Amino acid sequence: MISLLKRDLALSLGQGGSGATVLLFYLAVVVAMPFAIGPDKQLLATIGGATLWIGALLASLLGLDRLFRDDAEDGSLDQMLLAPVPLGAQVFAKALAHWLTTGLPVTLAAPIFALFLSMPADAWLATMATLAVGTPALSFIGAAGAALTVTLARGGLLLAVLVLPLCLPVLIFGVGAVRAAVTEPDPFLPPFLLVAALSLFFAVLGPLAAAYALRQTEL
Amino acid sequence: MQISAHDIAVARGEDIIFDNLSFAVSTGEALVVTGENGAGKSTLLRAIAGFLPLQAGTLTVIDHDSDVVGVPLREMCHLLGPDNAMKPTRTVEQNLSFWQDFGGRPHLDIAEALDFVGLDGLQDVPFGHLSTGQRRRIAIARLLVSYRPLWLLDEPTSGLDAQSQAQFSALMQAHLEDDGMIIAATHVPLGLNQITEIVLGSRPASEAAIDSSAMRSADVP
Repeated sequence: MISLLKRDLALSLGQGGSGATVLLFYLAVVVAMPFAIGPDKQLLATIGGATLWIGALLASLLGLDRLFRDDAEDGSLDQMLLAPVPLGAQVFAKALAHWLTTGLPVTLAAPIFALFLSMPADAWLATMATLAVGTPALSFIGAAGAALTVTLARGGLLLAVLVLPLCLPVLIFGVGAVRAAVTEPDPFLPPFLLVAALSLFFAVLGPLAAAYALRQTEL
Repeated sequence: MQISAHDIAVARGEDIIFDNLSFAVSTGEALVVTGENGAGKSTLLRAIAGFLPLQAGTLTVIDHDSDVVGVPLREMCHLLGPDNAMKPTRTVEQNLSFWQDFGGRPHLDIAEALDFVGLDGLQDVPFGHLSTGQRRRIAIARLLVSYRPLWLLDEPTSGLDAQSQAQFSALMQAHLEDDGMIIAATHVPLGLNQITEIVLGSRPASEAAIDSSAMRSADVP
């Protein structure tokens, strides 16, 4: 399982990998926003948390359909199915590698991108905190979707349709927590803890669902 | 150890690819599956590996070794499919050591395995830089780095030159003598001494089942 995690990290950070693409895409979304909205600092700061979250959601969907497809195409998936390592643990390792190369960079880059949106300090701190605990859920939900669509030729499209509704609660509570952090009477903690709970919940359910889907797939 | 199939049938989608197929392979034996394109050779191997459900019949493993009781058949086999299961951007050594760590039950170390396929010294070359035949030989080396009693080989010699084919025959023979088993789907003779052959017929699903008399012993020099 550790060796699978290492290999996937090396593949996505190495030549031809998706590591830098995610950050560039994230940058594009965040930079385009002020141009589209106009230079209204007040407005930008208000919607900043939401912008960063939408960017993170789209960035994690980007390349998600490659999660199992690459392995299926070069025959590695066959070998993974035969391996004595429990399939759920393998999916967990792959989803974790996906998070480390999408969710984590997006979280770490949030303070820099928050500058473009003139967000106050407590807003970007809250955004960073919610992204850190919320983006794992996106990777684990995505893994289940990617497993279901692995044999489909145009799987990417279907994958987004399958995964997006399940990701919306994470987005709602994530942005809710950011808003609560800046508007006074609303408590930050309840929505934040709900996001954390979603991540933990899908960290268990996502890999199990994905493993089941992969076993049932007639490759 | 013996693996036996009784009247198995496998389908892809709605189409029954073959049915009423029976065979048995014991330790030290090789079973060669031949037949026209589309006869279901690969499908049979993938069904044995557990990727396709059996529509009928049973596939049983009889083993008196207590270590492997309860181990699913898929964890006892190596599958060498049409794809080599290697990442082109990683080096030969990285690819093989990944499969060794991942597959468990390490057998030969990587330098030894490469030596067996005649490619020692290519450890640090990215897999994508190799020729087709070399890639195939690296994929064969994967069979050697971790131990599995049953080798499922799907057109194992595709892309190999005559010398490499002879080398591979010797490897298979060594595996059989090492209490291994081989089920291979192929068009070309594998150069093994003692094999059992089954011929899968290509015909519409509605036609008669494969007769078990299609199973025969053959001696290939």
